Amino acid sequence: MTLVFKQETFRDDYRYSNSPSGIKRFPFPFAEDQYMYSVNIEPHGKGKQGSVNEFAFDVDEHYVAECIDKGITLEQDPGRYESLPHMMDAQWDFLELTMESHAQDYPDHFTLKKNGLNWNWENKPLGIKDSFVFGDCSTLPMDPFEYMGRQVQGDFVLLDQRDETLYADAGFITSQADWSLAFNIGMSWKEWHGPVPRVTELGVMDRALKYLMNLQLGSPVRRLNWTMTINPRLDTSPENYPFWGGDRNKVNKENVSDLVHLRVELQALFRLPRSNGIVFVIRCYLINLKEIATYPRWSKRLHRVLKGLHPDLIEYKGLTKFHPLAVDWLSKFDDGATIELGTQPE
Amino acid sequence: MSTIDVKVSAIEQVTPLVKHFTFVKEDGTVFPAFSGGSHVVISLNIGGRIHRNPYSLMGSPEDTSAYHISVRRQERSRGGSVYMHENVTVGMPFKITYPVNLFSLAKKARKHILIAGGIGITPFMSQIADLERLGADYELHYAFRAPEHGAFAERLKKTCGNKLHCYVDSLGERLDLSVLMGNQPLGTHLYVCGPNPMVVSVFEVARNFGWPENHIHSEQFLAPPIGEPFKIQLARSKKEILVPAEMSMLEAIEAAGVEADFLCRGGACGRCELQILETDGALLHNDHFLTDAEKASGKKIMPCVSRAKCERLLLDI
Ligand code: FES
Repeated sequence: MTLVFKQETFRDDYRYSNSPSGIKRFPFPFAEDQYMYSVNIEPHGKGKQGSVNEFAFDVDEHYVAECIDKGITLEQDPGRYESLPHMMDAQWDFLELTMESHAQDYPDHFTLKKNGLNWNWENKPLGIKDSFVFGDCSTLPMDPFEYMGRQVQGDFVLLDQRDETLYADAGFITSQADWSLAFNIGMSWKEWHGPVPRVTELGVMDRALKYLMNLQLGSPVRRLNWTMTINPRLDTSPENYPFWGGDRNKVNKENVSDLVHLRVELQALFRLPRSNGIVFVIRCYLINLKEIATYPRWSKRLHRVLKGLHPDLIEYKGLTKFHPLAVDWLSKFDDGATIELGTQPE
Repeated sequence: MSTIDVKVSAIEQVTPLVKHFTFVKEDGTVFPAFSGGSHVVISLNIGGRIHRNPYSLMGSPEDTSAYHISVRRQERSRGGSVYMHENVTVGMPFKITYPVNLFSLAKKARKHILIAGGIGITPFMSQIADLERLGADYELHYAFRAPEHGAFAERLKKTCGNKLHCYVDSLGERLDLSVLMGNQPLGTHLYVCGPNPMVVSVFEVARNFGWPENHIHSEQFLAPPIGEPFKIQLARSKKEILVPAEMSMLEAIEAAGVEADFLCRGGACGRCELQILETDGALLHNDHFLTDAEKASGKKIMPCVSRAKCERLLLDI
């Protein structure tokens, strides 16, 4: 499959949009009219052709622009990439996993040739071509994790498993959404996963942890999470709040459908072979209300979900300022007809 | 759980009681890499019954062209070791799981002490390859009954040099745990694999010296939850099915053509929960989802991992 990559920006002038086929494959997260937090973990198996789950790592029309944006964020704040010394095996695991799946699933764009430990990697969309010795850091221009982190869409956290828990001991975070706590390297699972409002049931995070500690090699899992962002901005990190926080005040009746974006995270977790660690992939998809309204099923559904959202969640997800405007704009699409279960556009 | 199709490519008698098996992939491609201390679970069809036996991977994690295991013949067990010794021949196909590591090295340890008894040496073979590659500080203490039972002692000598310490029982050599463990730098991690009394005394000595609990690691295998066959009845679809030993309840329900909900298939998400209408036996809950109170109430079960010992288990599906 040959993809056409769009020229776009995720900051300043925000030149970003989804093509009709991009809209159609958007991972719309609401199967029901009511949103409830749940441990919606499922096997990350090969999904439907053309869907974002077709391959382990989804490459889409925004690939080149997103990689360029990562570069800008890293240049401004090199601390977005960090790795503790004992994570080197996990770094190489990450490089192997991402190179192999990209080369196998998108052969027109990526090639990997191996001759024992001598590897040749070519990334055509980004114009990268390198030969290196697998396992020998001195043969790459930078750490293996940073090297591939710059060439794969999404954010990545490498988890070390020890003392009956998981530690986030390496991270490549350039499109962090503000829903998460400020992420610190070396944090344990519990420190990292603060309480989520309306998750009244105790032990949800404990159970998720237990499940992940049993995650098997070759059987990755995924879940969807969502929030909303003003403008198609990837880097909505707490550190850069001054640059984007104020945008929430700019939303009005006229621009709400252009500015307000549904931000869906496809979170996938893979057990890593050499390190016995886990890579946590957080892939972000952005779509504005206008694009969502392409499909009446989605605009109706989103209207109902937002309208019925508990005030605690509205606040937790940072939607307070523009929530009424979004509900109001979407309401004109909602005729009240019943929509069957499911996330499909039509 | 994903499996890999393999076939036996070589068998070697290493000691009078230990055989070494080499597996390659059926499709000729390479295996996934793995971490030191990993094991795989092999499915053996012995007279129509499926046995699932876990064995440590012994080769170097770097070598992905083949997987290696060693099996000690256990006369008294009805399990697969006798079958492995007597019936398995070169070329035979098997299904194995992807490597699982429940005995991994603590990557932040200052020093590693490995203690092996007999066939308990197997998980250390791959750990040593990792420790050597990482240039870590370690010692291997290997106790066995008699010189002819020291499987792999020669090979280990080559890899480990003076980091290897052997204790041959028949020559009156003993490993003194107090001497070994009483005098180690802070941040040392200890790993033990061997007969149960050995594991127990390592933990005892460690406790006496005040070692932190999470610095002691022992090998433990977690085979997929299998058990005895049992019968269930499905109220809404009006079916009675037998859940065979090697299938989960969820798999058996699916095999009977009944649609059941599921997501994780690992007892975590709660999606597959079924209401129990009646039962005459004991429920074996293996999930992480239900609370202890719910488990005790006997009203719900997670069919993806849990089982029962009964003739009657009427489910609301
Ligand atoms: S399928 Fe998730 S608990 Fe059974």
